[in-house]
Amino acid sequence: MEYPSKLVEKAVEEIAKLPGIGRKTALRLVLHLLKQPEEASTSLSSSLTELRKNIKYCRTCHIIADTEDCTCKTMSRDVSTICVVEDTPDVLAIRNTGQYTGLFHVLGGRISPIDGIGPDNVKIDSLVERVKSSNEEVKEIILALSSTMEGDTTAFYITKMLKETGVKVTTIARGIPVGGELEYADELTLGRSIATRTAFETD
Amino acid sequence: MILNTLKLQQFKNYKQVELEFGKGINCIIGKNGMGKTNLLDAVHFLSMTRSAFGGTDLQNIKHGQAFFALNAVFEGLEVASKVNVYYEKGAKKIIKVDGQEPEKLSDHIGTIPSVLTAPDDSEIIKEGSEIRRKLFDGVISQFNKDYLGDLIKYQRILKQRNSFLKQNEGRMKINRSLLETYDSQLIPLNSSIAVVREAFIQDFQSSFQRNYEMIFPGEEHPLVAYNTNCLDSDFQRIYQDSFEKDLILQRTNVGVHKDDYKFILNDRPIKRFGSQGQQKSFILALKLAEYDYLMEKKGFAPLLLLDDIFDKLDDERIAHLVTLLSDRQRFPQIFITDARVERAKTFFEEFDDVSYYEVSEGQVL
Repeated sequence: MEYPSKLVEKAVEEIAKLPGIGRKTALRLVLHLLKQPEEASTSLSSSLTELRKNIKYCRTCHIIADTEDCTCKTMSRDVSTICVVEDTPDVLAIRNTGQYTGLFHVLGGRISPIDGIGPDNVKIDSLVERVKSSNEEVKEIILALSSTMEGDTTAFYITKMLKETGVKVTTIARGIPVGGELEYADELTLGRSIATRTAFETD
Repeated sequence: MILNTLKLQQFKNYKQVELEFGKGINCIIGKNGMGKTNLLDAVHFLSMTRSAFGGTDLQNIKHGQAFFALNAVFEGLEVASKVNVYYEKGAKKIIKVDGQEPEKLSDHIGTIPSVLTAPDDSEIIKEGSEIRRKLFDGVISQFNKDYLGDLIKYQRILKQRNSFLKQNEGRMKINRSLLETYDSQLIPLNSSIAVVREAFIQDFQSSFQRNYEMIFPGEEHPLVAYNTNCLDSDFQRIYQDSFEKDLILQRTNVGVHKDDYKFILNDRPIKRFGSQGQQKSFILALKLAEYDYLMEKKGFAPLLLLDDIFDKLDDERIAHLVTLLSDRQRFPQIFITDARVERAKTFFEEFDDVSYYEVSEGQVL
């Protein structure tokens, strides 16, 4: 596509690099910004610059935060459990359930040598260190990882690494979604939920 | 199951052709390069959702055209009577069974079971072990979804493990814990895959030997021997002992991906000691045993597609083969190609259910 100006072209190119945005959408966004008052654009760009320059990752749980010591320690959360997730969106999803009051640990990915991600590229060592240095304050590690081969490998590996600490390691349940019809569940999921069935609570 | 009508549009060298087939033997004759095999390939495509001879879907479109379509009507099927395939350049391949698209293309495989044998099949004997694993994996996984699931999982973990070994570039201080994590997943999969393969070959053996005996009667002892160390009692040790070799070669050297099926005739590998005729008979017997297996599992007769099968066989072998093919209980409908009209007509002269289709430059006369 030919653009009327080099400046427009440059802006389109930059925006189109973002996930889920093609050149057409990028052009629409650029033209939209041009129609808005100048402040709209400057505040957008300055907030992005701020974000990139000043964002911190908590040195304990690796969640995106404003400081290197995020609220994970100060808030009234249950410090005896740590929920291990792959990425920040998973933290938000689990928090939104309202079912979990413990701490988090963000790995920043899952082990997949094909994609160039080895055990050293995810925050596993720091998790082990965290458990060790807690003086047995941490009682349980909950693994909330994807139900894929890579997720399973990561889970197996973490369990192996945590073995010497003696901490209890659990994993989130896998099976039929709540409100889901049984007949629409795929065979693998259904098979697994039969195999790992739980006692029915009558109280 | 019977294929009643077949319509080809712009498939390979066919512009447009509509054919009616009957029960018994449908013999497709014509000179080289006229399109005999392409006709069989069209039937194969309807069954397996792809060409039997490799290549992309695009290469099946007649040169210079934009799409191809295949329409077939079958008789004697519970679930389907009309199967349509449509592929347009740059679009998704569409398969419709009685107007309905299967959820996945792979779901269609097995609806119209078929067995094809072509001169290329000599590769099954001559090439490396991969082609033989592929052949048997294909047959087993059509009816054993757990096996297919294990196989997919195995290949994925193996790929990760090999990739990890490569990144490590042979250094001794590799992260052993991660390797062990892969190993603890691979070791049980190795044995569960090998158990299924072994049981399958045991099942398959007698049917295969019976078929060979029919084509090649006499004191011959053909054998398909499944060769694996994954069922050895000390497999785990063998696997673990290979660690240093794995490290140096940067790939996994022990496991079901190294299995082979040895083809043996009279205690010697047929690859080196079998004559051309013996090799051809061996492959035909394998294919006919596959046919019997599909028939047993499906409960009805698959389509039998025989491309140029009389080549390299002597008159005696051919006579046995022709007798074998005369069993209408077992083979309600057969598709056969032959380049030599007179020869084919001599073979089938005692048959009263042979129809001849003469193919010439993408036309059926």
